[in-house]
Amino acid sequence: MTAPEDRSDRFQGYRGPARAVLEKFGIGVWSDAEIENDAGSVFRGVILPRSETFDDLHLVVKMWNGYNVGIAASRVKTAREIGYRKASYKIPEKEFPRDGAKKNVTLLGTGGTIASRLDYRTGAVIPAFTPGELYGAVPELADIANLTTHKLFGVFSENMGPTHYVALAKAIGEEIAKGAAGIVIGHGTDTMHHTGAILSFMVQNSPVPIVLVGSQRSSDRPSSDAALNLMSAVRTAAECDIAEVMLCMFGPTSDRYNLLHRGTRCRKMHSSYRSTFRSIGTTPLAMVNPFPKENEAFFTYLRRDTIKRDHSRVPVINTAFEERVTIQYYYPNMNPDIVDALSEKGYRGLVIAGTGLGHVNKPLYPALRRAIERGMTVVMTVQTIWGYAQMYVYDTGRDLLDLGVIPLDNMLPEAAYMKLCWVLGQETDPTRIRERLTTPVNHEITPREPHNGYLVMQGGLPEVEEFVRKQWK
Amino acid sequence: MIEPLDYGAVGLISGLEVHQQLLTRRKLFCRCPAGLYTRTHDGEVLRHMRPTLSELGVYDGTALMEFKTKKEIVYLLNHDNVCTYEMDDTPPFLVDQEAIDVSIELCLLMHMDVIDEVHFARKQYLDGSIPTGFQRTAIVGVNGWLPFRGRRLTVTHVSVEEDSSREVMSKGHRIVFRTDRLGMPLTETVTGAELKSPEEVRDAILLAGLVSRSTRRVRTGIGAGREDVNVSVRGGDRVEIKGVSKAVYAVKLVHNEAVRQVNLLKIAADLRGRGIVADADVKMHEADVTDLFAGTEAGIARRAAASGGRVWAVRVEGVAGLSKHPTQPGLDFLHELEGRIRIIACLDEPPVVSDADRFPEFPGRDAVRQKVGARTGAGANDEVFLVWGPEADCRTAAEEIRLRFVDAALGVPKETRKSLVSGLTTFERILPGADRMYPDTDSPPTRVTADRVGQLRAGLAPAPWERAERYGVWGVPAETTDFLIRRGGAAIVDEVVKKTGAAGRTVAVEVGQGARALRRAGVPVERLGAAEWTAIFDLYTDARLPREWIRPVAAAVARNPGLKPATAASALGVDLKPAAAWQEALGAQPDGKYEVRAGDGPERRQRFMIGRARKVVGGTAPAREVAEHVRRSGSPVKVRP
Repeated sequence: MTAPEDRSDRFQGYRGPARAVLEKFGIGVWSDAEIENDAGSVFRGVILPRSETFDDLHLVVKMWNGYNVGIAASRVKTAREIGYRKASYKIPEKEFPRDGAKKNVTLLGTGGTIASRLDYRTGAVIPAFTPGELYGAVPELADIANLTTHKLFGVFSENMGPTHYVALAKAIGEEIAKGAAGIVIGHGTDTMHHTGAILSFMVQNSPVPIVLVGSQRSSDRPSSDAALNLMSAVRTAAECDIAEVMLCMFGPTSDRYNLLHRGTRCRKMHSSYRSTFRSIGTTPLAMVNPFPKENEAFFTYLRRDTIKRDHSRVPVINTAFEERVTIQYYYPNMNPDIVDALSEKGYRGLVIAGTGLGHVNKPLYPALRRAIERGMTVVMTVQTIWGYAQMYVYDTGRDLLDLGVIPLDNMLPEAAYMKLCWVLGQETDPTRIRERLTTPVNHEITPREPHNGYLVMQGGLPEVEEFVRKQWK
Repeated sequence: MIEPLDYGAVGLISGLEVHQQLLTRRKLFCRCPAGLYTRTHDGEVLRHMRPTLSELGVYDGTALMEFKTKKEIVYLLNHDNVCTYEMDDTPPFLVDQEAIDVSIELCLLMHMDVIDEVHFARKQYLDGSIPTGFQRTAIVGVNGWLPFRGRRLTVTHVSVEEDSSREVMSKGHRIVFRTDRLGMPLTETVTGAELKSPEEVRDAILLAGLVSRSTRRVRTGIGAGREDVNVSVRGGDRVEIKGVSKAVYAVKLVHNEAVRQVNLLKIAADLRGRGIVADADVKMHEADVTDLFAGTEAGIARRAAASGGRVWAVRVEGVAGLSKHPTQPGLDFLHELEGRIRIIACLDEPPVVSDADRFPEFPGRDAVRQKVGARTGAGANDEVFLVWGPEADCRTAAEEIRLRFVDAALGVPKETRKSLVSGLTTFERILPGADRMYPDTDSPPTRVTADRVGQLRAGLAPAPWERAERYGVWGVPAETTDFLIRRGGAAIVDEVVKKTGAAGRTVAVEVGQGARALRRAGVPVERLGAAEWTAIFDLYTDARLPREWIRPVAAAVARNPGLKPATAASALGVDLKPAAAWQEALGAQPDGKYEVRAGDGPERRQRFMIGRARKVVGGTAPAREVAEHVRRSGSPVKVRP
């Protein structure tokens, strides 16, 4: 197994005493080594790279039985290399089978690892991305569509930003022009709803579905939601009748079905649950059943007000984006200096997530007035997440309206942020700005909230417990 | 009954994996209470397991097998003992340090080298017993030994890991687990493959149990300690017998596995004689024979058809008669096929599979059998098997039959087998390799400093063999010693001896046998800790409590928490008087009534007199002194002629 290989970077992550021991005995990362400590214990295995965040006192060895142990550098008596086994980070590619009867779907990669392979020695997750790699990891995809992939960039979800949104919108336009039956976007879940909102504004009039997908349990785990999410997303892109920007993630935490959420109307609501994405103030667009039985369909449509697939439509790509926009979560005792500072720094837009029906405290008023007079657009959303900003109900709200704060009804704070960036990127006239903000592009503001749009059930109640026992699985 | 087998001649070797639940307050990676078992549930989730690609881009053998079964896995949840962590909807919290401490103590008792920095790994299990699909496990110590039958039994390593879910039901493609036990900390102690007979395996299990019990920080009771026994014979291969719940069960299980492997090797030799040595030599043909059973009284066909299934005939070339070759005592090779089919193809309608000679009885069976043979093109050297159920599962079963014959040609397949009550085992899964282990990137390593090990060592309970030796010198019966170590009484004995100066043997017998007798009588002796026993023995060594009153006083104190032993003794009438006083009282007694009988002798007479004297003096004198007084001074009691 030992081959003359590149042995550069033999001390990945090792510093201080640990590195000194490696150097002393002429071993390094990926050495298959035999190490004896001062108690006469012998450890045989491969030296692994060490995380930069760990101390500099221990060597990490993956023993032949598969376990990892950390050996104190100070206790190492002898060590010798008996082989060298560098991890190879390649995924076997299999050719993705193409079938003339199946639809062509394009998968755009942004960096989330919806499919991946695990490096067993380091635990590192290697993303599977090309159609061939994906086919190796989730062979069921070949039964759904012909897949083409383009890796646009490789960033974590929290590092997504304007340049990525613009590139993504343009790429979607190009793929639609090439005749894709649908677009799937692999995305980290943390800011997936931000991306869902901005793409809803940047890509309008799409003839085909645009589906964001990710996973809450990484795909290197046997219990991952990734494969089912990916299958459902590709199925949606290929066959679903809704030509909107949507998020496709688990409905319940069980492996049962996925939900399609409108890009402007959903939110990540739990830091780790599989069923983290919820449509807010409305119902989801559809359910996707990955394995329908006889008499069952892949899609169960839940709403009538969707934009239907229509391949004659020509998408409108508008990638305007103003970066000097912020979002402020109001809290009691918020200092007006913050608003002044933003204004002085030249910020053009401010989304406030206000309390209750859309309120902030009185000391903030003068600062807001100054900011608006200097040309800042200030909009109001609610930190209750559900419900409308209704600022005419109380005097305090009316005062804010008088200052020129624009209430955005039930627009979600993240959607409001994206919309403000997008509108300010193309408008300067306050009247036009107000008009465009308050005119919904795709349900970011809805005229009415149905009673089943707000269902945060409370555990412990007898009727809820009964529901959970019978239905929640 | 065990038919003799020369274990040395067949080259039996065996090693243990001893699992022991630790007595911690919470689970290993979340804040749920440990040891709170429930029988009801208030929610459930449904999941599947997918194998992940391993390093070389292939699936681990076990993983692939388990994926073939495509099970719907249901977890029953109760909010009292599981949270979103066990459901795999929340990443792990920091590891429970109490569990690490107990594991280190166990390591120290077994002369192990404690790992300087403990790293958790994920060990894949796709059978559904853990919702994540892997068990978090870490080696805590290596390179230890146990004193065993005059030699050293190697302890390769000790790891600390999460316990799995409990299977409630498995039928077809659905398996249901209860999750209360899931995530409880557990140690796994792995010994070298150095045990040479079933009896050695039994004794090693007992010893390992004694060691964990002596930490007093492990759980006891049903399921708290479970053993896996690895067995192989020369030319065979490692087979892991899972879930041996009692040491004594190991003897037959190990013996039967040795017999099984010897027989499997004979089958391999037989196959070699038939020219079947490799995968390509095993030729299988399958045919749908559902129609041949139509209109017959065959129950299997009726039931298969009712559920939309098929009856499937599987012909394997050149293996005629082998399905009847013995394997485990009383079983034959057909049972090997049955196990694989039941688990991997999810066909569980008994008898799961039959060979041509054992088609289930029904009128006209022979005619159908002939037609089945004809349809499959069976020759005299072939064997035809039948399976029934959903078509996809029948096809999986057919391939599994072929694969089991491939394994048979090679000898003994490495596998995990489940122990049954009868001392026999059945297939559970293919034995996984090191491939299924990979680092757990969710949890940081735990540094174990020399200081921490030093502190734990200082507070360590004496090793059982040290105690056994010490108690042996005291003259404590071996059974009592064993009981005291197992049940935690030994720590009490040691403290009482140290603090009161009482003789070790006396204390051991009173705390061991005495307390056991009291417990049987319904006395809540578990209320008596070292402090209570010390107070009782203080009276004894102060010469204020005769030995024969220790038990009654202990019972009174146990029944009335807070009661002082001295008060208890007074209430029972213990009130030692100077010898002159009670001897005088004895002398003043009227004559006792003593019947002289045939065969009477001085001994019986003396026993009677001592008994009577003790009744008279009551709690005012120690029994031994009264007896001595009677013997020395002759009868204080007048005896009627």
